[in-house]
Amino acid sequence: MVTTPVLLLLTTVVTIRPFADSSLHSSMAASAVVRRLSSAPLHDHRLLRPFSTTGSESTITVETSVPFTGHKIDPPSRSVETTPFELLSFFRDMSLMRRMEIAADSLYKSKLIRGFCHLYDGQESIAIGLEAAITKKDAIITAYRDHCIYLGRGGTLVESFAELMGRRAGCSKGKGGSMHFYKKESGFFGGHGIVGAQVPLGCGLAFAQKYLKEGTVSFALYGDGAANQGQLFEALNISALWDLPAILVCENNHYGMGTAEWRSSKSPAYYKRGDYVPGLKVDGMDVLAVKQASKFAKEYALKNGPIILEMDTYRYHGHSMSDPGSTYRTRDEISGVRQERDPIERIRKLLLSHEIATVSDLKDIEKEVRKEVEEAIAQAKENLMPDPSELFTNVYVKGFGVEVSGNASDVSFGADRKEVKAILP
Amino acid sequence: MAASLQSAVFLSNRIDPHRRLFASPARSLPGTKGSILVVRSDGRISGRLSGRNLITNAVAVECCFTKADTPTSSTDSKPGHELLLFEALREGLEEEMDRDPRVCVMGEDVGHYGGSYKVTKGLAPKYGDLRVLDTPIAENSFTGMGIGAAMTGLRPVIEGMNMGFLLLAYNQISNNCGMLHYTSGGQFKIPVVIRGPGGVGRQLGAEHSQRLESYFQSIPGLQMVACSTPYNAKGLMKAAIRSDNPVVLFEHVLLYNLKERIPDEEYVLCLEEAEMVRPGEHVTILTYSRMRYHVMQAAKTLVNKGYDPEVIDIRSLKPFDLYTIGNSVKKTHRVLIVEECMRTGGIGSSLRAAIIDNFWDYLDAPIMCLSSQDVPTPYAGTLEEWTVVQPAQIVAAVEQLCQ
Repeated sequence: MVTTPVLLLLTTVVTIRPFADSSLHSSMAASAVVRRLSSAPLHDHRLLRPFSTTGSESTITVETSVPFTGHKIDPPSRSVETTPFELLSFFRDMSLMRRMEIAADSLYKSKLIRGFCHLYDGQESIAIGLEAAITKKDAIITAYRDHCIYLGRGGTLVESFAELMGRRAGCSKGKGGSMHFYKKESGFFGGHGIVGAQVPLGCGLAFAQKYLKEGTVSFALYGDGAANQGQLFEALNISALWDLPAILVCENNHYGMGTAEWRSSKSPAYYKRGDYVPGLKVDGMDVLAVKQASKFAKEYALKNGPIILEMDTYRYHGHSMSDPGSTYRTRDEISGVRQERDPIERIRKLLLSHEIATVSDLKDIEKEVRKEVEEAIAQAKENLMPDPSELFTNVYVKGFGVEVSGNASDVSFGADRKEVKAILP
Repeated sequence: MAASLQSAVFLSNRIDPHRRLFASPARSLPGTKGSILVVRSDGRISGRLSGRNLITNAVAVECCFTKADTPTSSTDSKPGHELLLFEALREGLEEEMDRDPRVCVMGEDVGHYGGSYKVTKGLAPKYGDLRVLDTPIAENSFTGMGIGAAMTGLRPVIEGMNMGFLLLAYNQISNNCGMLHYTSGGQFKIPVVIRGPGGVGRQLGAEHSQRLESYFQSIPGLQMVACSTPYNAKGLMKAAIRSDNPVVLFEHVLLYNLKERIPDEEYVLCLEEAEMVRPGEHVTILTYSRMRYHVMQAAKTLVNKGYDPEVIDIRSLKPFDLYTIGNSVKKTHRVLIVEECMRTGGIGSSLRAAIIDNFWDYLDAPIMCLSSQDVPTPYAGTLEEWTVVQPAQIVAAVEQLCQ
């Protein structure tokens, strides 16, 4: 009911222990949870991975905002089971993502981030809901709006900001940029700039999972703009033919760059586009609906082959930082969605109505998250640009040709741009 | 016998157990192509490939020398076995699929049909549908799928029924295949092999006679090799599959039925090395794939006329083996490049630039480059003949160079 004072929370350092051995009353449990969440060491800017089952803690059943709509499949139930811990972690993680994207916005405006920067705010629930249903062994691949999915897969804030600013501590050593975040250890395969090209790659990941008999699935995320790419249908055909555990997730934010959905697609029911492949339409702004649909899709794909999930979502920013986002839609529309469907607000209301946390608790979490992001940016800013020799590394594996080795007679160009003449006997 | 055992010992002394053993055709024995295994004469191993140690090859070398190995011996006692180029490719593929369960083949008609050029014949019944995959006609996506599978550790061999069809997959090859290792900061490697027949055939028409070497050559991160004989086809196929980099293996439609005797023992060729086909003194002729045979035909005429051309099959189209080429230029001071690529932006133009940049001081004459005409390949037989370089033109070019 009443949680412990806020100040005490912030100064306590508690190591994170498995929750299963707690036998506290649910509100005390919730306070312990809040304490644990706020006191994660500040240098560890890692996203907490929500656990779907936490032993003795009480479960809460929530109904999703709208029922699921199925295409050639029976949709799952509207009732989703969750726990207070999970809801709090959703809140914290989504706030972290939101704060990161807003910080990236201001970094871009101060010219620390250059080139293309595609922001994900408004769509965080998809990243978080997906993570809640799967493991790190499952694979996710997405297009260029990848910052938050990277965080969800276990990336750190410092690595993200460093990569955005082109520093050597970035996840791709500063050589990829905003559109090329990858994390191999946790099954995050990027991070791709060309619209739609990641979908055949995603089906290839599913093929490898089937080949190696791993019992895992691949999620290939794409947008409503990419849904009209031919290679998507080619890949879907092959996946259905070979029963690959591929889940195609269409993050439908209703605008493909500057073109509205109804102007680019004859059939905007993207979940039906698979025709012979079943599909599910999900409210993408409801994190619990996303979680339910992802769990359902994973079970389906492991047995039967591909399935399409259409996530109905919205992005508050424009397509990228070079797009104001208001020339093709009205500000009223944007603020309307923000008021009615914002994923973080929805979780906030749930937490408050189930009395898992108070308004001030949540405000504290947001403050803490903000601080975390600022610290990460400061740390990333101090990081150096990549060394000039990095221009030539990682072009080839076990390099030759462009990489300078000790043996100068093997190469024709050195990293210092001086031609190394082939030395002949 | 004692002499050959001594040479075996000599060679095994050269085999540093910590360095990888490569086989290459003997430089000074032009007639005995493909019948012996030798370490490179200067002991140099190109590239920084470390670790793996093909000890079995060392044993094979000794075995080889104990067999009677003279040109006058009868066919029965000649080492090796005779086969056609497509069979050599299949042998290489099969050996690699046996060796590593992660190798799989995907392409149109490779499975049940056996491959449109029979390169994958018999593999589907042996390895099953999951390892020899018949894909629908969707190059863009199945190339993408192969690359996605490679990101997780599989080693797919992607076949384009004709190289020209791979243009549909160009985005995947350029952006994902070539660049992922770099843009991910080294996290992912893409050990795919993309192979298929290309080049001008017999009146196949413009769209089926394309040479894609020039389009792929500027993709960073990609390696390109072109095979020309059964011996190097098998060796390059194996090397390409074992390589952790994406390799494009260019085969030629008209070379699939070449017959040659290749060793029984397992051998892997070096991907970045050029092949000395015929050593000489007067002029260096650089060529690859089918043009090698036109050049050798011209060489016969040239020898009769008193010239001594040095013919090198460059094999590695990206990166160039500037070491071998440079040594040759240093010796002969004249270079002629004969290629089947288009004149504009082809392999010959890059090679010319590389030679000028590196070996300018050694050249006595401007580098000549004979390439195909910058036209779509016509259907009519006579016109098609004049699109590609013919031996008579090679002879004329050498005579002009050597004035």
